[in-house]
Formats: sequence, C-alpha cells, structure tokens
Amino acid sequence: MSNPAQRRSTSLAIISTGFVVLWIIVAAAPFLWTLWGSMKVQGDFFSKADWTNALYGVRTMVETGDFFTLNGYYGAWIEHGFGESVINTTIVVVSTVIISLTLGTLGGYALARSGFKYSFWILMLALAFRAMPHITLVSGYLLPFFEWNIWGYLPTSIIVLVAINQPFTLWMLHSFFLNIPKDLDESAMVDGCTRFQAFRHVIIPVMWPGVITTGLFSFLLAYNDFAVTASLLSQDNQTMIPKIASFLGTTQVEGNVMFAVAAVVSAMIPLFLLVMFFQRQIVSGLTAGAVKG
Amino acid sequence: MPHRTFFWFIIPSLAAMILFIALPVISVLIQSLHVEHEQVLISAENCGPFGCKQVVIIDTAATAQIRADQPLGRFSGFDNYTNRSHLAFDEVSLAWGSSDSISDFIKQMLNLPFYKALAFTLTYTFVVTPFVIVLGLAIALGVNALPKFAKGPTIFVSLLPMIVTPLIGSLILFWMIDGDGVIGASLQLLFNDPDLSLKASPSLTWMMLIVYGIWHSAPFSFIVFYAGLQSVPADTLEAATIDGANRWQRIRYVVVPYMKPLVVFITLMQLMDNFRVFEPIVSFASEASATSLSWIIYQDLTQDAQLFGSAAATSMLTIVGVTILLLPVLIRTWRDFSRTAH
Repeated sequence: MSNPAQRRSTSLAIISTGFVVLWIIVAAAPFLWTLWGSMKVQGDFFSKADWTNALYGVRTMVETGDFFTLNGYYGAWIEHGFGESVINTTIVVVSTVIISLTLGTLGGYALARSGFKYSFWILMLALAFRAMPHITLVSGYLLPFFEWNIWGYLPTSIIVLVAINQPFTLWMLHSFFLNIPKDLDESAMVDGCTRFQAFRHVIIPVMWPGVITTGLFSFLLAYNDFAVTASLLSQDNQTMIPKIASFLGTTQVEGNVMFAVAAVVSAMIPLFLLVMFFQRQIVSGLTAGAVKG
Repeated sequence: MPHRTFFWFIIPSLAAMILFIALPVISVLIQSLHVEHEQVLISAENCGPFGCKQVVIIDTAATAQIRADQPLGRFSGFDNYTNRSHLAFDEVSLAWGSSDSISDFIKQMLNLPFYKALAFTLTYTFVVTPFVIVLGLAIALGVNALPKFAKGPTIFVSLLPMIVTPLIGSLILFWMIDGDGVIGASLQLLFNDPDLSLKASPSLTWMMLIVYGIWHSAPFSFIVFYAGLQSVPADTLEAATIDGANRWQRIRYVVVPYMKPLVVFITLMQLMDNFRVFEPIVSFASEASATSLSWIIYQDLTQDAQLFGSAAATSMLTIVGVTILLLPVLIRTWRDFSRTAH
C-alpha cells in the first residue's frame, strides 16, 4: 500500500492476520463440525472414546455400512414431522415480513418527512419498546389470548411478531427515507399529486434497497424467534425453533439426539444461504443505525 | 406534512405497537397484582360403619367455576412482588439476621429463585458487553488490514454466529462442550477427570454461557466498528504519521475518538439484548446452576399450572431493571436532543 499511514511492520501484520484466522476458526468450526456430524450416528458425533471417530465415522461404518448416513434427517423429517413445522415457519415468516414492511414503510416515511416534535417522541417511544424483553410481553398476552380463544393459531403469532418488529422497522426505514431527497416527492406534489400519490408513484420505485435490507432483519427476527412462538403456538402449529426445543426432550429420552442435530442443521441452512446472497445488505443494515446516528 | 396526513401514515404502525406492546405492559401490571384462586374446599361428613368424621375435600366443580368466572384470579396487592419467588423480603431479612458472614448471606440469597436469576442476568450483561466491544474492535482492526480479496469471505464467516438462531447456535456449542461432545471429552482427557462436565460445575456453566454470549454478539460490534473504520479520514491518519505518531498512538488518538459514538450505540444495543438472555439457558439446560429473568418468566408461563401473577410480577421487575439499565443512555440522548433543539 502506498499510503504511509497504512504501512505496517511485518510482525504486527502476522499477529493481526493470525488473530483474524483464529477468529474465523472460532466462528466457523462449530457449524462445520455439526454439519459434518449430523451425517454420522450418535456414537460417533458424541464419541466418548475418541473424538476423531466423528471425523472418520468409525461407528457409522459399523452401524450403517456407509461413511455418511441420513438417518438423523429421515428421523426428523419423516418420523417426527419436521416438514410441517417448516411449512408453519414459512407462513409465519413470509406474512410477518410483508405486513411489517407495509406498516413500516408508511410510518417510516411519515416520520422522515414530518418536522414535528412529536415524531421525535414517537421514535423515542419506539426505542423504549425495542428494549422490552419479548417474554415480558408474552406474559401480558397469554391470559387475554386464552380468554378470547385466539391462543395457539398462526395469525396470532404473526400479528404479535409484526408488532414486536415495528420499533426496529420504523427506525431503520426512517433513516433510509431521510436519505431520499425531499425534493423528489415535493416536486411531485407541486405537480398536483397528493401526499399518498407522491409516495405511491415517486417514493416506492426508489425505496427498494432500504426495504430489502429492513426486510432481511424482519425475516431474521421472525425466523429466529423462540420466546413468542414457543409460548403462543399450540403443539400442532409449532414452527421450527420451538419444534427443535421440544425435540430436545423427546429425542434425549428415546436416544435419538441425532434427530435433533439433523433438525438443527436443516434450520441452519436457509440462514447460511441468506448471508451468502445478502451479505452486503446485512452489513449496511447493521451499520445504518450506528453510522448515521 | 400536515398533521392529518402524518396521522394516517403512522396510524397502522402506531396501532400495532400500542395494541401489542403498550397494552400488554398494562395487562402485565394488572396481572401482577392478582394471584390464582385457591382451590375451593368444602367439609363433608364421611360416614362409615365405624361412625362419622369430618373431612375436607376439594370442590372441583366450584374451583373450575370460580376460575372461569374470574380468570385473573383474586386481588392480592403486592404479595406477588414480596413473596418467596420474587423479592422475598421475609427470607432476605431472615438470611441477613442468621448469616454470620457476607459470603454466607450471598449464598443464602442465591438460593432464592429471583436473586439467582438476577445474579446471572446481571453478570452475563456486564461481562459480555465489554468483551464484545473489545473483541469486535480487535477483529475489525484485523480485518481492515487484510488484503481486499480476503475481506468478503472473512465477513461472511464472521456474520454466522450472530445470524444463526440463538437457540440453535447455543445448542451447537452445547453439543460440543457437553461431556460426550468433542471439546467436553477432550477436556476430560486433558485434565484426566472423567467427572469434569458442564452439568456438574456451576462456575463452568456460567463461563460457557458467557463464552456463548461473546461468540454470538462479537460479530455485531465487529461489523459496526468495521464500517466505522472506513469513515476515518485517511488525511487525519497521514497527518498523525507525519507528526511522528506510531501505530498504537494512531489507534489511540485518531481511530478510537472516531469510534466513540459507535461504542455508545453498541453498548445501548448490547445492554438491551443481553439483559433478555434466555435461549442459551434452554439449550444448555442449565437451570440447576444458572437461570435468567426471562427464563423464570417463561418457566412460570409454560408449566402445567400456569402462574400468570407470578410471571407478571417478574416481568414488571424485569421492565424496571431494563429502565434502570438504559436510563443513563436515555438521559444522554435527551440532553443531546435539547441542546440541538435550542
């Protein structure tokens, strides 16, 4: 590098690169290990005798005759109906993302374009709401939901996840709309559009980068949630994450921990693909709040 | 934008937040002042061949009736807050009187469920947060110095611990450090102690939960710092070098001041998120040695006889805790706001 400020001594470069390599190993190894191990039998993945058994699949060879086995996946998906919870998760996540973004773009746009003092207070209120631990809100829902007989159904969980997601969505979209020049929609209104028409025809076409980034985080919140879905969904409507949690108990008793391992890997894969394709958006989303204040 | 238009744009979002965040908090407050109905007891005369005697039996029908009529339970004032499962005033004063040393007193306190959960939650929050900030900054500095082609893949791998579902991430770690897992079994070999296991040792459990927390959150602070590093002007760094600043001094006096607002942001987010630590406790099945406030609420809500009043009281105490935790940051934001406003 030509910039003298960035030239550095070799030993420092080695230490710094070594540190990054160490971090990469710490960050990635658990996932690779579990991915590999999910295709072995329990005796290998949880090998008391020799941990290298998990690498070479000694017991797997003995028990199944193959180097890899898909028994865990068969058990989770076919015997224990993991597929149903995947469908439920898909319904919950897609609906949550769409509804969150619809409400959030309208609200975020209004907050970005109004100079009123109360829009600041709404943002502060949203921040306070963001701080609420989800489980405390759940303890407020349960009793009324039981009384109204709406406990256990997917739509209930979807609405709750949308609401929990709103504070973050509002903040994020608000900061994205601040970056879209005011002149754009104002000139449309000078030309005779109403505020909503200006939003519909001028703002919506240019807002997609921000909406996609925000949508990714709504996706993650709905997909990764455990507190809400575990306590608000009945056994039949369970999504993936609570299903995995209930696997833990049953498979431990039956000696089928590998079913849970396979389910965990299955739930992990979509997230890997998500990061692979949307890395840039995730990074820009994480920093949007921080760098722009 | 006229008030009217603003109102129509914001109302769907605001309504969702009020209905499902603000009202539930009020509902929690009301529930926390009530306690489940006791079973209705009736005394009946039980007559047999050897004469009659009075027995007390549970009137199941009447119990179900009163529970259906008043699902909230009966009003109990602040009993939920002061009983043994929560602030436990009686037990604390008893322990204070009976214990002969501070450590004995602390030991007795940690047997009370609320204080046990509070102790772990606070330890977790205040250990994980600083570690995450320091580790994140270190990784960011390291990655920033990498050649360009290596940056993308490094960031991809670094994001994984944060993106992956907390329940799943902690399960994956748990399976590795469990007695039969790769790290757990190796540790037993290393220390030649076949009984060394996560379940047997509370301090090991606390440590591993904290390690999980740091592993999970470090990517967040790394990404924020990394983006921040890109915004440090090269001119300033160059000027510092010309003035004779070595690498450490450049970091200390040029880079770190630029990172200050980011540290505030990360601290704010981390305090919020770490205080609600919940999933790792479920994954590690660590309730014998470590519980958290969120976990005891969940436990009250999902056991067979759901204790709504008790869960609500813990929830209120948790909300008070979050407020105290965030007050310094909020006051700061408020000061900044009023300074810019006038």
